Amino acid sequence: MALEKDPLNLIIAGVGGQGNVLASQIVASAGIKEGLYVTVGETYGASQRGGPVMSHVRFSAQAQCSPLIPEGQADIVVGMEPVEALRIVAEFGNPKTRVIVNPRPIYPIWVLAGQAKYPPVEEVLGKLEELVDRVEVVRVSEDGETPLPANVLMMGALAASGMVPMAIASFEEAMKEILAPKDVELNLHAFRKGVEAMTRG
Amino acid sequence: MSIVKLDQPGKSVLMMGNEAIARGAIEAGVDFCAAYPGTPSSEVPESLASVAEHFGLYVEWSTNEMVAAEAAAAASLSGLRAIVAMKQNGVNVCSDFLMTVNLSGTKGGLVFVAADDPSAISSSNEQDSRNFARFADLPLLEPATFQEAKDMTKWAFELSESVGLPCILRSVTRLSHSRGNVKLGEIAERGRSARFEGVYIAGAFVSAQHSALHQKLEKAREEFEGSEFNWYVGPEEAAFVIVTSGSGWFYSREAVAALGLDGQVGILKLGTTWPLPERFIIDHLKQATEILVVEEVDPFLEQNIKVLLAEQTKTLGPIEVYGARTGHLPGFGEINQDRVAKALASIRGLEYRTRDEAYAKKANELALPSLPPRMPTFCAGCPHRASMWAIKAALKLDGRNGFATGDIGCYALGAGPAGFFQLKTIHCMGAGTGLASGFGKLGQFGFDQPVIAVCGDSTFFHAAIPGLINARFNSSNMLMVVLDNGGTAMTGFQPHPSSGCDALGRPAPVVEIEEVCKAIGVEVRVRDPFEVDQAIEDLYDMLQNDGAKVMVFRRRCYLVESKEKGKKRVFVDSEKCIGDDCGCARFCSRVFNCPGIIWDAEAGKAMIDEVVCTGCGVCATLCPSGAIIVEGG
Repeated sequence: MALEKDPLNLIIAGVGGQGNVLASQIVASAGIKEGLYVTVGETYGASQRGGPVMSHVRFSAQAQCSPLIPEGQADIVVGMEPVEALRIVAEFGNPKTRVIVNPRPIYPIWVLAGQAKYPPVEEVLGKLEELVDRVEVVRVSEDGETPLPANVLMMGALAASGMVPMAIASFEEAMKEILAPKDVELNLHAFRKGVEAMTRG
Repeated sequence: MSIVKLDQPGKSVLMMGNEAIARGAIEAGVDFCAAYPGTPSSEVPESLASVAEHFGLYVEWSTNEMVAAEAAAAASLSGLRAIVAMKQNGVNVCSDFLMTVNLSGTKGGLVFVAADDPSAISSSNEQDSRNFARFADLPLLEPATFQEAKDMTKWAFELSESVGLPCILRSVTRLSHSRGNVKLGEIAERGRSARFEGVYIAGAFVSAQHSALHQKLEKAREEFEGSEFNWYVGPEEAAFVIVTSGSGWFYSREAVAALGLDGQVGILKLGTTWPLPERFIIDHLKQATEILVVEEVDPFLEQNIKVLLAEQTKTLGPIEVYGARTGHLPGFGEINQDRVAKALASIRGLEYRTRDEAYAKKANELALPSLPPRMPTFCAGCPHRASMWAIKAALKLDGRNGFATGDIGCYALGAGPAGFFQLKTIHCMGAGTGLASGFGKLGQFGFDQPVIAVCGDSTFFHAAIPGLINARFNSSNMLMVVLDNGGTAMTGFQPHPSSGCDALGRPAPVVEIEEVCKAIGVEVRVRDPFEVDQAIEDLYDMLQNDGAKVMVFRRRCYLVESKEKGKKRVFVDSEKCIGDDCGCARFCSRVFNCPGIIWDAEAGKAMIDEVVCTGCGVCATLCPSGAIIVEGG
């Protein structure tokens, strides 16, 4: 498979605990299934505890890439949290970048402590619109008592967005391989909700 | 199913660097793995543990890296193949053994994986463990790609056996924790049996052993000369060559491409970096007049290459060397494509830009006012938040300007807002207890502040026991607080001696922390930090007594607890929460600062974020109005 842009650079941004690692593993495995070289660079460790996390996922038809995307070179940003999406765009965005964002805020500890302010979400989305080519807002609905895994839902939205070259079926196959059998059903459900949300627009 | 055991040679799969290392060990027929968890190394033993029963391997979590290295060496001395994985600081811990096992030599393939953490993403320091290979005269391998992580590990076992020495395989965070394509190889037939014969004594005729060690290293150098892990790409007679190893390979290749220098700049990529494959390097630098050395972290390769160039001046002529010493690369922190490209551009007089400057300025100006800082914090439901609160309250009650020394683990966040800035020192594993033992002996110099040493349960077994015994033996006035959350939480909740299970999840004997303390002869109390008032009272009480004392704050990591038991619903009774009229100064959200409690600005009341809340319920015991309710008590 030849890529329109090679390497294709995707950043998944969120907050420790949101499941960045699983999301990046799903999209990367889908890429490998379709014969691409894929490199995923993760941030782990202390950032697991509520700090900002990001995964750099790079697809190439030609060679294995380094795990870090250079400044300004993100083609796609999936933001699992609005402020984190903007933080990434500020450093890695360019006028052609496309963004998929979950608008639900997770408040940083300094905001809770009253020492910093969390901006209105609409303001954050507006700034994203101003900086990049396309912004898709995906509202992660909650099914009654159990909130859906936002990470997997966002991967559904990504798969259906046409921004990455892999088929939706490759994502689903990857999930069946990666996830523990007991978790497959719930996650496929969330993934399909994400596909629906994007298709509905 | 674990990808590490997939028996499909030739198939290309997505693997984390650490999984690739584990897979390489499987393909080499590894028998034995011992390790202490440490980021970014822990997935090597974890991956092996996940297939241990399938392949008949032995995998253990050891109490610390030195014990792990010794245990693995026992397997090697008995003819088995063994692997030890550790983070950079673990190499320091096991260095005493490294500096003697090099002299005694080994038998079955023995591989030490040293996982460095450039930029200290999850560490209290930044170091370059490659220096230990030179220090201990041991062969050093540096994988650059995910494929090499697997292939080089496999080869490291053969090399170790052929030279009779442990090999050091040095990884970095961006390899260990990144994922990429790996083509699987054949899984080795296994069937070695263990038998110890011979004598392995370091210290008998040391100078002769040291000389023999140098000869073994020379043999390794010969093997390195023809190694498939060293290669050159670029124009045949490049005058400018980048010399690189490990993570520097990807960044160098991408920097050269980004600057359009493919036709002018060569890249000499080395996988075997101590001892240097000297002839191979000389052959590829014959036309070079300038070289740039690209590596993470120290100028290790740079200095060793400079020694070689100095010796070869007659053959090679003068070569200008750029790198950390010339300030083109930092010599600290992570490198990346941008850093390498900027170095290359500045040497070659080129411009390097990855995006339009005006856009970058606009993006930053627009975004920055909307980006509140996001500090890492204790998870919602973390018992450490309550423990740190108890420490803060007890020290305040005591009123003698007491303080706490910290240690290595999740609770190191106690030095920041998450732990109310309670920890005043943090160094290495066990240091908090050793420091407290020293502070507690300063009374004769006018020191009158109470000292609390905070230490995790896993850290207690790893390195804090000698400090506690020292405090007891020397009658130091200190209070050790063991934050016992049931596992090694920071690195992914691996079990330790009081967890009750082993690396494979099977039941294991329990070494009780309080029983160890009792045997040492110190006063010990065990409390639940979620019973906050009681915890404060006991801490205060213990601070009034002389000598060494231990408080064990026992409460399981809530991430694990809530997964196993399901979470309870916690909510704010909006009738009872009277908001800012309460006088509590928004204690739950602003002061206690659990990320599961947010402030509803419209209603002027606290509320629970049900996505973040883990249902621990400790806030319900702290709310002065009793407004936080735990469903079902």
